[in-house]
This record gives sequence, C-alpha cells and structure tokens, in this order.
Amino acid sequence: MFAEFGYGVLLVTFLVALYSVIAAAYGAVKKSASMVESARRAMFLTFPLISIGAASLIYLLVNNHFEVSFVYEVTSLSMPTYLKVTAWWGGQAGSLVFWSFLLSGFASAVTLRKWDRDIEFLPWVVVVCGITLAFFLGLVVFFENPFTRFWLVGGNVESHMFAPLNATIFTPEDGQGLNPLLRHPGMIIHPPMLYLGFVSFVIPYAFAIAALVTGRTDDRWIRLTRRWSLWAWLFLSFGLVLGGRWAYDVLGWGGYWGWDPVEIAAFMPWLTGTAFLHSVMIQEKRGLLKHWNMILVILTYSLVIFGTFLTRSGVLSSVHAFAESAIGPLFFVFIGVTFATSIALIIWRWPQLSGETEMKSMLSREALFLLNNLLFMSILVVCFWGVIFPLVSELFTGQKVTVGPAFYESATGPLFAALLFLMGVAPLSAWGHSTIQTLGRSIWKSSLAALIVTLILLAVYTNNIYALLGFFLVSFVLFVTFQEFWRGARARQKTQDEGFFTALARLMGRNRRRYGGYIIHISIAVMAIGILGIELFQTETQGTLAQGEELNISGYTVQYRELASWGDQGKGVNYTRAVVDIFKNGIYLGELNPRIDYYAEAEQNMTIPGNRSTLRDDLYILLVDWQPVSSGGATFKIYVNPLVNWMWIGSLLFIAGIIFAAWPDREPVEESLQKKVTQRTSQTSAAD
Amino acid sequence: MKKYLRAITLSLILTTLFTGFVFAQDDTPTDNEVNKVAHQLYCPVCENTPLDVCPTEACRDWRELIRTMLAEGKTEDEILQHFVDQYGDRVLAQPPRTGLNWVIYIAPPLIILFGAIILFRSLKEWTKPKVATPASGEVRSEASAKRDDYVARLEEEVKKRK
Repeated sequence: MFAEFGYGVLLVTFLVALYSVIAAAYGAVKKSASMVESARRAMFLTFPLISIGAASLIYLLVNNHFEVSFVYEVTSLSMPTYLKVTAWWGGQAGSLVFWSFLLSGFASAVTLRKWDRDIEFLPWVVVVCGITLAFFLGLVVFFENPFTRFWLVGGNVESHMFAPLNATIFTPEDGQGLNPLLRHPGMIIHPPMLYLGFVSFVIPYAFAIAALVTGRTDDRWIRLTRRWSLWAWLFLSFGLVLGGRWAYDVLGWGGYWGWDPVEIAAFMPWLTGTAFLHSVMIQEKRGLLKHWNMILVILTYSLVIFGTFLTRSGVLSSVHAFAESAIGPLFFVFIGVTFATSIALIIWRWPQLSGETEMKSMLSREALFLLNNLLFMSILVVCFWGVIFPLVSELFTGQKVTVGPAFYESATGPLFAALLFLMGVAPLSAWGHSTIQTLGRSIWKSSLAALIVTLILLAVYTNNIYALLGFFLVSFVLFVTFQEFWRGARARQKTQDEGFFTALARLMGRNRRRYGGYIIHISIAVMAIGILGIELFQTETQGTLAQGEELNISGYTVQYRELASWGDQGKGVNYTRAVVDIFKNGIYLGELNPRIDYYAEAEQNMTIPGNRSTLRDDLYILLVDWQPVSSGGATFKIYVNPLVNWMWIGSLLFIAGIIFAAWPDREPVEESLQKKVTQRTSQTSAAD
Repeated sequence: MKKYLRAITLSLILTTLFTGFVFAQDDTPTDNEVNKVAHQLYCPVCENTPLDVCPTEACRDWRELIRTMLAEGKTEDEILQHFVDQYGDRVLAQPPRTGLNWVIYIAPPLIILFGAIILFRSLKEWTKPKVATPASGEVRSEASAKRDDYVARLEEEVKKRK
C-alpha cells in the first residue's frame, strides 16, 4: 500500500517539477507574470509532495517491509529504529530521493524570498532548480526506484514496481542490513552534511544562469547568493571533516584521508567552491573576472552532480560497471548537456561580462587571488585526472591501473605549500595596487618571527627539510593573520576610544566575512600542523605478541594483557576485544582496547582502534589477528601519529570560522556611507 | 699498504653480505618487512585499500605469500613483479611508467603550466594601462594613490546606492 502510494507521490512530484520548468520558461519568454507565479508555486509544491514520498519510504524502512527491495537491502530486524531511518541514505535509490528532498527544500526556500527588484531572475532560478530536481526524480521514478517490491513469479523471485501477471508478493524474513561500516554515528550525519553542501551549491549556480540568461550580468547575482555559497561551503567542509573522522575511527588504517576516488569526488566541488568564494571578492571589489566566476560556479555545479553520482554508484571500479549501471550514462549525458549549455550561455554573454576596471599591479590583492585560483584549479586537475585515469587506461589499453595516495601526495604537496604561502601574503597586499616595497614592509616582521620558530623547531624537534618548510609556512600564516587582528583592533581602539577586546569584537562583528575568513586561515594553518605531523612523522609497527609480551614504538611500550570474545545474538555481532597496557618511558599510562566486531549477516569485520590521543601524538592500536587460544597470542598493528589532533582542532575552528562569516549581520546591510568612510580611513589601505 | 686496505674492505663487505644473507635465511620475515612490501600493492578485489591494511581473508593470504617469498630470499622488486605477472598492473599502487601510463604523470603539469601561462598573459594584458595615463601616474606618491582608490570606492558606493 505505502509502496504504491510513495511511488505515486514521487511520480506526481516529478511531473510538478517538470511543469514548473515549462511554466517558468514560458512565463519568462512571454513576460507573463501569472505563469511565473504559477511556476513558483509549483516549485514550492514539490517540497510537501516529496516530503510525503520520503515519509512513505521511512515508514516502510522502520516497519520492516522487507518485500520492498530497498528496505531489504539496507535494513534488518536487529537494527535500532534510528538506524532504520538513516538507512534512507544508506543505498543508492534512497540517497537519490534524499538528494531530491534537500534540493526541493532549498529551491522552495529560495522561491519564498522577497524578489522585488530581482524578479527577472525568478523564472530562470526556477528553471534551473526544476530541471535538476526533475532529473533526479526522473532517475528515482524510472531507474532507481526505492519502492520496487519482490514478487514470486512461477517459483522465481523478481523485483518489480507493479505486480506481474499471476504473481504473489514475496516477503523475506529478514533484511540484509546496513553495511556495518555505515552504522557509525559519523556515517549517519556525514552523508546529509555532504549532500546539504552539494545541493546548496545548486542555488548560486541557478542565480548565475539566471544572470546570464537575463543579461543582468553585474555582481547582483553574486551578492544575492553570497550567503548561500558560504553555507554550502560550510556543509561541504563539515561533511568532508566528518568523513575523515569516520575513516580514522572505523576503517582501521591509521589515517583519515586515503585519496579514495569517492573522497576526491566530494573534495573536487570543495576546491572549485573555495576558489569561487575567493574570486567573487574580486568581482565585488573591483568588477573584474566576471567570466571566470561564472565558469567556477558552473564547474562547481557539474562537479556536485558528478560527486553525487560517484559517491553512491561505485561505477569507477571499471568501465563495465559504468556501462552496466542504468544511471551511469544518464548522469554522463546530464552533466555534459548542462555544462555545454552553461558554457554556451557564457560565450553568448561574453562582451557584457568584460571587466569594469583594469588591474593595476601584479602584486595587488586581486592578482594574488588569481594565483590562488590557479593553485586550486591545479589541485583540481590533479584530482580529476587521477580519478578518471583508470577508466581512460582501461578504455584504451584494456589494462586497469591503480592510482594510489603517493601520486596525489607528490603532485598536490607543492601546490598546497604554495597555497599556504599565498595565504600569508595575500592578506597583506592591497586591492588595486601593491609594490614589492609596500608588501615587503608589512611582511618582514612575520617572516622573521616564522624563521625564529623554524630555527627553534630545528633545534628541538626535527631536521626534516619538508617539515621545516611546512612549519615555516604555517607559522608565517599564523603570525600574519594574528598581526592583522592586532592591527585592526589597535586602529579601532585609537579612533573609537574603546578597550582592546571591545575594539576587536566590534571590528570582527562589523567585518564578518573578512575576519571569518581570517579565522578560517588560522584554522587551515592549524590543520596543516596535523597534516604535516601524520604525513611526515607517522611511524608504524606490527607484531604478534603472547600474553605479557610487548612492542616498542617511538618511546611507547605496548604490552598485551588479555583478549576476550563474546557474541551479541540480538545484534548479530561478535566482539573480540583485547586489553593492552600502555607505557611511555617506563611510566604506566593506562589501557587501550582495540577490537574487531564481526557482523555475521554481512560477513564483515570492523576494526575499531584503541586510540590514546594527545596534542603531541596519537597512539593508535589495531587488533589485526588473534589465535583462538589466547595464550597463542594476538597480532597488533600500532601507529604513532604525531600532531594529528591539531587536524581535528583546526577543523572545529574552521567550521566556527565559516559560521562566523556566514552569520547574518545584526546591522542593516546598507550602513550609512559616513560610517563606512570613517571605518575605512581608520584602517590602513592594506588592511582592507 | 693500499692493497692491504682494499683487501680488508673487500673482505668486510663480503662478510657483511654473507652474514646478512644467512640472517635472512634463518629468520622468518617480520610483519614490518612484509608490510613494507604489501604497502605498495593493492589486491584486485578490495578497491582502494592497500594490502598492508586490508582486513579481508584473501589479503591476509597474499601477505603470507609475501612472507614466504621474502623468506625464500626474493627481493622487493621480484615480489612486486610476481604479483604484476599474475594479476596485471592494477596491483601496483602507482601506474608503472610505461606506454600510455606516462600520460597520467605528464598531463597535470602540462595543464597547470598552460593555466599559468594563460594567467600570466592575462595579467600582463590587464595591468597594461588601456588609456594613456599621465606620466606622473608611475611616480605617484602612495598617499595620492590611496586617495584615488578611496575616491573610486566612494563613487562605486554611491553608484550602488542608486
């Protein structure tokens, strides 16, 4: 009952989305306000509709309707209810519905805004959102239907949406259950965050296309979507961080980022999105780079669709998997058509998009931002090429290849280092003009301080040249950025006669985007400390220990005490948990419990590390193997991950920085001109 | 004297080599030695999981095979080659630098270089003054430059408020 109902609702939603596209386009072309209004309402209607469809799916998931093939694939009797709900995005069909649900929500929210002087954008925003929504719903309705059920036809079980002739419904006793790896709390919020990020980037894209079509190519579309882009970026970043934490806690290979194609698929839109966030500032401040911003937002949209496709479908494993997957070629065509159309629009509007001013200096802020964009694009090229090369290779030579982390690390390492350097220099350069002298004058103090830090590190911590270079850049960025806070607050303190911290707080509150950006720069530098630590100083060892024996690594001693196995029939999980004692330089630090959870129904092991985390390093112990008789011994793999905690601290700060930047201003946007003038003059030209 | 020294060095090297060899023969290779080789391999089934950390049964067997081959005195390269012969290039963590695979190493730097050239040329184009500015433009004091920028911004501001 609920299956047919849910399917019917999704079908109707699909048709409504199609209608909104047609009505909006017709209304825009014929200048019919009532048609546009009708399209707007249709778009708004999709949200309650798809919510009902999704609710039907959740009902089926929660109530163990295993006759529905999707429910059978992702849930089982032993799963708790909250997991059954989140199993919604645990499989491909469900996540497509989830994606559509989010997009419909965002598109509806956009249609509710006050359009007043931007009314000409409205129909085209509806068209873009509607086409995207209809595409995803079309996939759901025609190809990846989550409501398909099992039928017994002449002794065979087949899955169909509607009853074949002479068929009876077939209900398996229990489902296969969600992949145990996906039952981690991180995996429950990671996909929604990532999807939120993906989907909210559709909105800036929609406005960009609207600007192109209507020919209103000033920076209005950018101002309208500024906050959308920031929130999109926030969700995407948070999603990536959660994914990393999940990998660190659950996947059991001692790291958080393995340059897996699926990870990279989520990282690529982040790269173009980050480049976009920087380069729109040039357009806002200087009226330059209009073409480029359009290209960036289009690329981001295409990569978002590409990423959605990759993260769930596994088509990258081979060309054949791609060809066999029903939706693979459709995605391919959709990305191709939207990309080509968007680029065609840019070419059509090319003359209107030329810059309003000219660039004055190669060292100006805008020139450095361009360099930043070049670096982000370069990282994108490396990532994209690495991800698709195995397919290219298989296509041309029939030989599959693996592109492992070493390729990405060696190719992107220098690029990331250059980005860090730019992050230190760019905030000091002025919009419009900068010279070696002005730049040098503001840079030398921070460089000197960073050099001193590096020398200290050389004396007490490491003589690894890459590490020293990295730490130099990190401290350089930190000094520069703190100096920026200091200078701004001091200037305000003097002119406004406030205390230092009041001045700092007000300064930041009045320039949320700028100081939010600086917080983010600091957080990136902090994250870089962790990344340098784990990339350059990670040590590992592995050995089989009898009870009482020990392994030594980087000053730690790990002593094997005991091991126990027990089963939890209700959950269908068998736990094996070891107890090891940890010493450092002879001092007892406590015990750790690496364990392996064996999920019988999925026939899958989950390796949960025992981790002792400090700011200095993580002692990360994995139980690799054990003998049935515990005296026979157990095999442990031990990593020491220096400084990795800074990665997580930096991530939290990063998220805080974006929230700070994206938070709505308390003051009205249109400040009095006078106020702006006093503020501006109180700051040095470089500080703007 | 020189000859004597050389003889000693040679015999020392030989002894080291020999004892090293005997040592390798005697001991079963440690997990760390196995993992060092395994880290460079990917089994064809477990996508994107290096062999040294892959928890599946099949990968465990592969690691034992590496241990046996190490015990037999095979070098790292020989072991890697063995797996390549059996399962193809895909078991290697990086595409070998042969034939079409060169493309993966060459294309990104070329594309990046191309991008850099485009950027540099556009920057040059943009920074070239379009209209002849007064010669004093070059030697303008910083203060007046700041002032101009400020006026420009003010105008921009006013334009926006219309």
